Amino acid sequence: MQELISRAKELLADGTVARVLGWKAGDLPYNPEPAYFENADELSEFVYNAFCGANLSKYMIEASKKDGKTLVFLKPCDTYSFNQLLKEHRVDREKSYIIGVGCKGKIDVENIRKQGIKGIKTISGIEMSDDTDTLKIDTVYGAKECSYASAMLERCHVCKGKEHMVYDELIGESKDTVDAERFAEVEKIEAMSPEEKFEYFQKELSKCIRCNACRNVCPACSCRKCVFDSNKFDSAQKANVDSFEEKMFHIIRAFHVAGRCTDCGECSRVCPQGIPLHLFNRKFIKDINEFYGEFRAGEDAETVAPLTDFTFDDREPGEGRG
Amino acid sequence: MYKISKSNLSALFAKIAGSQELFLPVRNAGQVNFAQWEEDAEVALDVLKTVKSPKDAFFPQSENLYTCMREKNKLSITPEELQNKDFVVFGMKACDIKGVDVLDKVFLSDPVDSFYAARREHGTIVALACNEPEESCFCKVFGIDCADPKADVATWIVGEDLYWNSLTEKGNALTEVVKDLLEETDDAKVKEEQEKIRATVEELPYMNLSLDGWDGNALSEKFDSPLWDDLYKPCLACGTCTFVCPTCQCYDIKDYDTGHGVQRYRCWDSCMYSDFTMMAHGNNRTSQMQRFRQRFMHKLVYFPANNDGMYSCVGCGRCVEKCPSALNIVKVIKAFQKQGGDK
Repeated sequence: MQELISRAKELLADGTVARVLGWKAGDLPYNPEPAYFENADELSEFVYNAFCGANLSKYMIEASKKDGKTLVFLKPCDTYSFNQLLKEHRVDREKSYIIGVGCKGKIDVENIRKQGIKGIKTISGIEMSDDTDTLKIDTVYGAKECSYASAMLERCHVCKGKEHMVYDELIGESKDTVDAERFAEVEKIEAMSPEEKFEYFQKELSKCIRCNACRNVCPACSCRKCVFDSNKFDSAQKANVDSFEEKMFHIIRAFHVAGRCTDCGECSRVCPQGIPLHLFNRKFIKDINEFYGEFRAGEDAETVAPLTDFTFDDREPGEGRG
Repeated sequence: MYKISKSNLSALFAKIAGSQELFLPVRNAGQVNFAQWEEDAEVALDVLKTVKSPKDAFFPQSENLYTCMREKNKLSITPEELQNKDFVVFGMKACDIKGVDVLDKVFLSDPVDSFYAARREHGTIVALACNEPEESCFCKVFGIDCADPKADVATWIVGEDLYWNSLTEKGNALTEVVKDLLEETDDAKVKEEQEKIRATVEELPYMNLSLDGWDGNALSEKFDSPLWDDLYKPCLACGTCTFVCPTCQCYDIKDYDTGHGVQRYRCWDSCMYSDFTMMAHGNNRTSQMQRFRQRFMHKLVYFPANNDGMYSCVGCGRCVEKCPSALNIVKVIKAFQKQGGDK
């Protein structure tokens, strides 16, 4: 972490960048927040640890409108989102100085709570320099512990890899965290009968409170005015008026980001109701892979994506439907 | 004081549900929220905080006001019926009950909100003390004692028993309904548990949070502070904090096109949303900084200014746990403290 701070100070001091976009220490062990730093003093609050799951790529849309360059710290998976935004002309590469940071998998306090651990005072094992597979948690109800992997975000169990897709320089080592099959959950749902599928999604989506956190955090959702916010259409509902509405919002969103979603997993990370929203997007990714060949949105900023390309070899609708 | 064995709670719930609707914390697809009791419901009284607060019971996220129907050349308007059946909300925590006090100030003062008033009239609240408060809790800061919740009935889970103490006439009526299942006891065990809870509360990190400088008179100094320009920045402008909050009470009124008519409904609104309080002339808050500031100014300055000093935050800590950007009211209060001098 000190290395990141020192480098940030250098780049601020020599005028390469006008500000730094990173994470600021929270007031609890698990709640650092995305933050801008404009001088060396402010960087004393900078933090980079296991709880810095927030993908800062989307913040670069706003940062690209500011004067001067912004130094942004991106984890390997975040760089896919950045590339995709670059492809869509939503961020300005010239206004960005990217330090690719190492990642050992990010953790979510919800996954710690799920194990019955409450009243958290301190958590050790979350620093990048900690070489441990166990989190030691001091709580008001005594000392607890759990494995690092059990607290990890879903996306880290199916990590895209340790490579950064775009960067100016790299700092820190990454760790292999994959211990699950990326499409296993999707395949489980594909194997369900239509009735079972309906019941599954009905149950999950009935929890939706339409807070829009999934949409607002999503780097692929960068429309200036979302159709669900526009008062010019009947689609602008702030609540689920009937049980179809709650599905419509999520299905339309999944269609809209299809082919552009990098599977960054932010939607599921932020959902206050724990809805596995990434499964919609991952189903699209799986289908695209099967129909058009392996494709990873955000791998680069140039390739024409399958859904925005046309070739005479494209599949016809309904073709190969099993 | 009465008690009932925890193993017998489903009989208690069945008994209550036999005479009226019963809402309580239920686990659905991994998350616990207040929901109507059914025989196969997975009741989760051990979970401290439901994701959403129980305010839905009195002020649902979305409710119909009236329906307009067009049949040929005739237009009919049917107002929605007010709540006319009794119901019970079981397992509300002290903070959420204080949240209802806040809602009462808004909806029961002139002009009285008839939809809300009807629900309050027909609802009986059974409170549950917090056995194991958590690090995100700060109810004590607002003068709330989570070991001694005040409602129609107060209950405590101690060991293998649930203790039951009626505090109002509505509570006495409900106690009559379930009396066969209860056995009389003294309050020694409850007193002991209360001491334990209060001792835990003292250990929580937010218990000494100071509200110094936040009151109805702090308007200009807080409103004009340059701190807001930084505080709002990570905000995603989602509505999570407002929708999980037990006291947020702003709503919008909207029309739903049913194809052959219009359903006029109201639904929770969020000051975080870009069209919040938009009027014909436009919007009086044009930046996210202004919208962010509104939420905290409302809870800690405007509300106390208009309600004899009562804050409209109850320290439930849901925003602390749920904000996707890890922002919350505690961080805001602390940021102003840190600044020193300029409280």
